[in-house]
Amino acid sequence: MSEPALVLNKIVVAFGALKAVDDISLTVKGGERRAVIGPNGAGKTTLFNAITGVRPPTSGRITFEGKEVTGKPAQIRARMGMSRTFQITNLFPTMTVDENMQLALRGTGRGKFSMLGSIRLTSEEHDRVSSALQMSRLGERGAVAVNELSYGEQRQLEMAMALVSNPRLLLLDEPAAGLSPAERHMVADIIRSLPHDLTMVLIEHDMELVLNLVDKVTCLNNGQMLAEGSPEDISNNQLVQDVYLGKARADA
Amino acid sequence: MMRSATALALRSPLSFLALLAVIFGLLPLLVSSYQTSVANEILIFALLAMSIDVLAGYAGRTSLGHGAIFGISTYVVIYWTTLMGGSPWVGCILGIAAATLTAAVFALLAVRVSGVYFLLLTLALGMIVWGVCLRWTSVTGGENGIRGAGRPDVIADPIAFYYMTLATVLFFTLVIWRFVHSPFGLTLRGIRDSESRMRSLGYGTATHMFLAFTITGLFAGVAGALYALFNDFVSPSTVQLAQSVEGLLMAIIGGVGTLFGSFIGAAAIILLENFVSQYTARWPMVLGLMFICTMIFAPQGVLGALRKLMGWKQ
Ligand SMILES: Nc1ncnc2c1ncn2[C@@H]1O[C@H](COP(=O)(O)OP(=O)(O)O)[C@@H](O)[C@H]1O
Ligand SMILES: [Mg+2]
Repeated sequence: MSEPALVLNKIVVAFGALKAVDDISLTVKGGERRAVIGPNGAGKTTLFNAITGVRPPTSGRITFEGKEVTGKPAQIRARMGMSRTFQITNLFPTMTVDENMQLALRGTGRGKFSMLGSIRLTSEEHDRVSSALQMSRLGERGAVAVNELSYGEQRQLEMAMALVSNPRLLLLDEPAAGLSPAERHMVADIIRSLPHDLTMVLIEHDMELVLNLVDKVTCLNNGQMLAEGSPEDISNNQLVQDVYLGKARADA
Repeated sequence: MMRSATALALRSPLSFLALLAVIFGLLPLLVSSYQTSVANEILIFALLAMSIDVLAGYAGRTSLGHGAIFGISTYVVIYWTTLMGGSPWVGCILGIAAATLTAAVFALLAVRVSGVYFLLLTLALGMIVWGVCLRWTSVTGGENGIRGAGRPDVIADPIAFYYMTLATVLFFTLVIWRFVHSPFGLTLRGIRDSESRMRSLGYGTATHMFLAFTITGLFAGVAGALYALFNDFVSPSTVQLAQSVEGLLMAIIGGVGTLFGSFIGAAAIILLENFVSQYTARWPMVLGLMFICTMIFAPQGVLGALRKLMGWKQ
């Protein structure tokens, strides 16, 4: 717990003249659960892309478990223990749930280069897959084709795939986006029941959902840090309330 | 009965290989020696089509460069045996190595692109090979090509050579089947479906594409070496674009992503080519029409359509 899991130092991500992420610095401790909230277009997903290596930052430094990763490609960061889900569902649609899980499982190991070997899982691998599916409440759906899953189940599979590699940092990008209230409730339950030594950063548009799930909240607006603090601090913060009621722009 | 037998053959590679071994194995006893040589050609081109299908059907990358990779192997085998006086067996190994190496160079350039860019890039690379073979007259004989030195004694007899081809192609069919159904093969399908997800899961997608492309080059090289022994002659037409296009069309007509469909596609195109050329010189037009008909009536190819019709699983 002594060493921070993730340190962002003055991160800027620019698209031409637009600074989608504008000078963000933050520190996530090992085992911490952090929420990143903010209105649509605040730069939350862009910040995730910088953290995970999908789009390296324009400037700034990213340190993961004491090692600088700023310029490292996404697959190297994944092998170091970062794992993420996507806001816009990003699965392998022509395959079954099991095949999706196999790819998720083998990405960080060496078995993926086996060219003449069997695709069957070892019993240890099989256990990891079923426990990740169980955690995501997808237990019995292994043989189903992904394009036959409901939207909600696809969101659950996103989570199961991110969990199966036993990551040390889990980044969830709006896991409950587009779900019904009942399904959102289940997603909250899933997140609550994840192992507690797993460091987690959770993006969520909806403040209510996250406030009782996390230790600390970061609120972004227009790419900038608006506020950071405990869930209570944030829910009582005037600036944050203004943003969520759409008043911030007038002040800025 | 017939249906379920075919269905079984598609699910298990061994029963399909047995089916192929029986059909192609008995053929020389039933047909003329000319028809046997046509069957021989079908087997060779089925292997080329399968090498293309690995990329097109599993990795989702349509290559127009594999005809050139195939033809480089043919050139090397014939150059080695005729102009260097070397052993044909060593020639085959050198030919396959040259094809694999060429594929590795193509792969270095092509791994980062997909879709139509991949198609155009592989097309351009293939055209370069063709241009070199045409212009580098001192080595390739230019437009006149090079005549081979004949086959070694053991396979001098066309029937003996036919069975050697059959054994080689069946062996590589099994290898390719294992390859696409291996953990590595699954990563190719993953790259086709979502490259960004693959990277986020820890896969270096460029490395995977590089390996896949290079290995399919080896398969095409084996076909090219067999073709050298079969045809005993090589010229720029062996590496030209039409070769790549025909290989691709064989895979498409048989059914992209079915692997075994390549045998159906190769048979359809080569039989038709032999038949049509008795009546007209407009073979490319007939080929084009055949392609259009496939796209309209069976866009997933013959085997793909059968699979859908009977509800077989992949
Ligand atoms: N690839 C891109 N090119 C140009 N602009 C982008 C790109 N991705 C995001 N943006 C812009 O960056 C801003 C932040 O987007 P995003 O990070 O998706 O916000 P959030 O996830 O908080 O809703 C938006 O204004 C968006 O239009
Ligand atoms: Mg977003």
